[in-house]
Amino acid sequence: SSELRYTANTQLEHLHARYTGTGDSDDNCSEWLTHQHRDTLSSIVGHPTLASYLAIADNEAIGRVKFEMTERMLQPCGPPPRKDED
Amino acid sequence: MHLYNLTLQPPSAILQAIVGNFSGARQQEIIVSHGTRLELLRPDPQTGKVSTVIATDVFGSVRSLAAFRLTGGSKDYAIVGSDSGRVVILDYDPKTSTFVKLHQETFGKSGARRIVPGQYLATDPKGRAMIIGAMEKAKLVYILNRDAAANLTISSPLEAHKSNAIIHHIVGVDVGFENPMFAALEVDYSESDADPTGEAFNRTEKMLTYYELDLGLNHVVRKWSEPTDPRANLLVQVPGGQLASSDRYDGPSGVLVCCEDHIIYRHMNAPQHRVPIPRRKGPLEDPKRGVIITTAVMHKMKGAFFFLLQSEDGDLFKVTIEHQDQDVTALKIKYFDTVPVASSLCILKSGFLFVASEFGNHYLYQFLKLGDDDDEPEFTSTSYPENGMSDLPRAYFKPRPLENLALADELPSLDPVIDSKVLNILPNSDTPQIFAACGRGPRSTLRTLRHGLEVEESVSSELPGIPNAVWTVKKTEADAYDSYIILSFVNGTLVLSIGETIEEVQDTGFLSSSPTIAVQQIGSDALLQVHPHGIRHVLSDRRVNEWRVPEGRTIVQATTNKRQVVVALSSAELVYFELDLDGQLNEYQDRKAMGSTVLALSIGEVPEGRQRTPYLAVGCEDQTVRIISLDPESTLETLSLQALTAPPSSICIADMLDASINKSQPTMFVNIGLQNGVLLRTVLDPMNGQLTDTRTRFLGTRPIKLVRVVVQKNPAILALSSRSWINYTHQNLMHFTPLIYDNLDYAWSFSAELSPEGLIGIAGNVLRIFVIPKLGTKLKEDVIPLEYTPRKFVTHPENNYLYLIEGDNRTLGEGAAQEQIQKLRKEGKRVDDEIINLPPAEFGRPKQASGTWAANIRIIDPVESTTIGVVPIDGNEGAFSAAVVPFSARNGELHLVVGTAADTTVSPRSCSSGYLRTYKFVDEGRGLEFLHKTECDDVPLALLAFQGRLVAGVGKSLRIYDIGKKKLLRKVENKSFTTAIVTLQTQGSRIIVGDMQESIQYVVYKAPENRLLTFADDNQPRWVTAATMVDYNTVAAGDRFGNVFVNRLDAKVSDQIDDDPTGAGILHEKSILMGAPHKTEMLCHFHVGDLITSIHKVSLVAGGREVLLYTGLHGTIGILVPFVSKEDVDFISTLEQHMRSEQPSLVGRDQLAWRGYYVPVKAVVDGDLCETYARLAASKQSAIAGELDRTVGEVLKKLEQMRVTSSGF
Repeated sequence: SSELRYTANTQLEHLHARYTGTGDSDDNCSEWLTHQHRDTLSSIVGHPTLASYLAIADNEAIGRVKFEMTERMLQPCGPPPRKDED
Repeated sequence: MHLYNLTLQPPSAILQAIVGNFSGARQQEIIVSHGTRLELLRPDPQTGKVSTVIATDVFGSVRSLAAFRLTGGSKDYAIVGSDSGRVVILDYDPKTSTFVKLHQETFGKSGARRIVPGQYLATDPKGRAMIIGAMEKAKLVYILNRDAAANLTISSPLEAHKSNAIIHHIVGVDVGFENPMFAALEVDYSESDADPTGEAFNRTEKMLTYYELDLGLNHVVRKWSEPTDPRANLLVQVPGGQLASSDRYDGPSGVLVCCEDHIIYRHMNAPQHRVPIPRRKGPLEDPKRGVIITTAVMHKMKGAFFFLLQSEDGDLFKVTIEHQDQDVTALKIKYFDTVPVASSLCILKSGFLFVASEFGNHYLYQFLKLGDDDDEPEFTSTSYPENGMSDLPRAYFKPRPLENLALADELPSLDPVIDSKVLNILPNSDTPQIFAACGRGPRSTLRTLRHGLEVEESVSSELPGIPNAVWTVKKTEADAYDSYIILSFVNGTLVLSIGETIEEVQDTGFLSSSPTIAVQQIGSDALLQVHPHGIRHVLSDRRVNEWRVPEGRTIVQATTNKRQVVVALSSAELVYFELDLDGQLNEYQDRKAMGSTVLALSIGEVPEGRQRTPYLAVGCEDQTVRIISLDPESTLETLSLQALTAPPSSICIADMLDASINKSQPTMFVNIGLQNGVLLRTVLDPMNGQLTDTRTRFLGTRPIKLVRVVVQKNPAILALSSRSWINYTHQNLMHFTPLIYDNLDYAWSFSAELSPEGLIGIAGNVLRIFVIPKLGTKLKEDVIPLEYTPRKFVTHPENNYLYLIEGDNRTLGEGAAQEQIQKLRKEGKRVDDEIINLPPAEFGRPKQASGTWAANIRIIDPVESTTIGVVPIDGNEGAFSAAVVPFSARNGELHLVVGTAADTTVSPRSCSSGYLRTYKFVDEGRGLEFLHKTECDDVPLALLAFQGRLVAGVGKSLRIYDIGKKKLLRKVENKSFTTAIVTLQTQGSRIIVGDMQESIQYVVYKAPENRLLTFADDNQPRWVTAATMVDYNTVAAGDRFGNVFVNRLDAKVSDQIDDDPTGAGILHEKSILMGAPHKTEMLCHFHVGDLITSIHKVSLVAGGREVLLYTGLHGTIGILVPFVSKEDVDFISTLEQHMRSEQPSLVGRDQLAWRGYYVPVKAVVDGDLCETYARLAASKQSAIAGELDRTVGEVLKKLEQMRVTSSGF
């Protein structure tokens, strides 16, 4: 059954690569948060009512809101934490 | 509880617009996406007016649209990217006037997800391929072609994915007939994600990448990828390619990369050119702020092309490229004009610019010139070092009123609706009005919406007496316009001739000494007058043939058409006349005795190519309507009889098209108006004269008069009671709408040179000539302009004024702006008054840093549609909430409390201090006197009067305030809320609190212990935006994602809470799921698809049931109607089930999944889907009706009844 676990694992890895943002148990807090934020930001751009709502609140053009949201997707939660050297 | 959702006003925001020859004719059309709805607009190049051809709900969210045309084709298709995980190609079929789905290709999950394509859509300019992209990574390319039978074909998808790449924009590159190429603006995040130092983040480059579709090898390759400006946001296609017939190049090919503050021309292996985006010269402009282009359009003319780019301020810039074959020699930019900020721009070949505004009304402009020979400064890449690529100084322009464009048409749009109220304030109105605070910034408005059609009056003139009827008549059949107006008075008839002026004439052959019953242009060139004592047939040579009524009787009713005349005598006899081929009017040998006084008569028009209409409808005093044959075989035989509930007052037979009954030809309707104000509409079976499919409608309190008229070349019926209604066909479906106009006593069609499609009516002793300009609309709006974005408004219980708070972020208030200008003047800086004095409604206000606020309280008289006072709010405060509070401590004197906050920023949500400003009403509410302001620690987003005090939601805390001399005094507080309180409702001592993220919570105020206790909440998070109490235990609310839901508290729990005098029991109960001890149950849930901004429980028709009316941000107005019986629920839900399978979504979304986008639909039927039953093919209609054990007519009647009884629409 170790073999089975092995193949299941590769499949999982394949699926993770395919479906960006799925997340797994090895993700650290920063990775998870980054995914969440990217999903949220793209959801705001993708749902027209949300983009309009933000644009009204902030008094910016919808185009500007979408642009800034897309820009923020690059690094929504700051740089990743340093890996502990142990 | 079971609800029926019905959209009264579909969303009017336009999110994207595309132009093309969708019907295949020479004329260009525009397809616009309203988010959940597609609409085909046709601008008329002659009149410059835009009309709607069709509009269809798609039951999904349209995210992108593109038009394309196969090489050599003459018809454009539309590609739709949506949240369905599918791409759909639509064809507009002009014959049936529908969108036909040609192809639907599935590629991913539904929902607007990060890596499922649908957000970006681009086509090859030669129509050979398309690309559909997601926000990140995924891009799919499809090859488009035609097969041997010239049908459009689509290939299987080819992947052009790039992992870890965020996509900013995709556009097709014009390469002529070489392999199709697409350009994408991408950012790779893999390195910055892996670097904890943040250095990689700073180094990250935005890449302009070309993807080439190799048609020979059938795969996509990344052809070229180069870094470009890190603040690039938009790509624009530049024409390219070589014509087969000549060696000339259409253009240099490549793309314009629009970046913050500048524009770069970019192409593979070609030098770059860069020009600045000119900035406004205004003294209050923030120099630190960049400018981006938000929309762009390219237009190709014979041998030339240009671009119009629009900045986020609304300024249009004309960009041109000078090129030598494929080499660009210069890139030029100059200011063109300023129009509202658009979500899409479309240039039409007929010389129009369609501006789909991102907020507010949409506009069609006509090009007067192309800005070629003016003295506007032009900025050229070649005048800068290295074509502008090294050092680029800022460029400036001076905004000015339109010079190159002229407004041609305006499409009204409610988008965005921010708050609303449903009130019946207007005098003489029996139905309530919807007051909607709409718009953003200086283009904001408060609109009064009334159900009905707008009427434009052209003539209103007083008459010497009060006429009881009016007609117009042509002299001969061939005349284009009417010649006479005939007015019948109690004792005589007045004939007016229509010419340059309208004046009385004598020698027309009409009898003027007696009243008139009917007037008709008969035969080819004769006129006919029916009066109580006879019928005058006036021939063209003025000879009069008169038929006289037998002694002792009079004519009481008459009906006529071009060849037939029927009169009813006081002896209850019918006399029938028919025109013979010589133009002689012949009486039929027999008279028909009816046995009861005839109250109404009607015959239809003579059908084309026929001698006569075969049916006569007779309404008698014995409360019956009889259909009588006029066929030569069975003349004056009674064919059928219908009993009525009251004596008829008027009957009107009309042949009108209603596609829900018969798609190919008009249906013969018999409309029967009763003396009690009820209208019956029945269908006359042309085979046997039977009356079927009766529908009823209450029109008003007076006996109904019915008149057959012509509106926009189609037959229509005016129904006059205490309100005037019009029944007409629009987009093949029948509509029945009141006119917003004075009560009319009688009306007729009116056609003259100046007003070819008018109507004429009498109201008292006033003669009116009017037109109905916009058919198809259901709501008439009156607009009051506002200065800033409306936030909320409240009503006063004693007067009818509205108190509206308005405010804008990033905006300097009037006072602050003046101060800054003074300061600049003092510093000796030149201040251009022309720029300062530009109207903000057209040019906007200079954008400041976030946290700069301008706000007002505006007092509005909705009856007069005017602002009667403006109270500015100073101190850089924005206003967010308002309430009228009768403070018990002041003997119930009313005060206006406004919640404001200083230096507020939206993200992160913060302020330096919140305030509760208290005002006293002065001058009977026409003014406000400032009393005091009370500081609080957060933004007060919700205020409410509560038991003679004020309850305020201040950030996370709920507080009760009482009035003091210098401040409001805090009496009690509950700080247990999660995010921020956004809505408050109350009944008794219960307060319903809507939290920004944590749904609806039930709070009770226990006065003896002075406690505010939360005792029940929801078991799921909800981002509440609006809520209303349906009853003491039930609340209906809307959330930010477009859902409406109804929550109810168990009655037992409710009693238990109310019985507990101190609330100690609640205090010690165990909390469930880390929240309140009790949970509400969700009764109903429905995804509307528009962000709900307000919800009310109101009754829309006099004496009608109460419904829930909601408004959506994008302009949706809808209602949720409670079902009254279980049978109705079963019937309509089964119908909905059948409709789901018969009417698949145009964008390929599953309707059930769409309505259950976030939470599965519960106990709500989608009325919009059910109503599409009327548009189904007849065979499908009857199949569904058969499954439901009903007839098609019964199903349609039920649907109409659901709509009419609940909304009157």
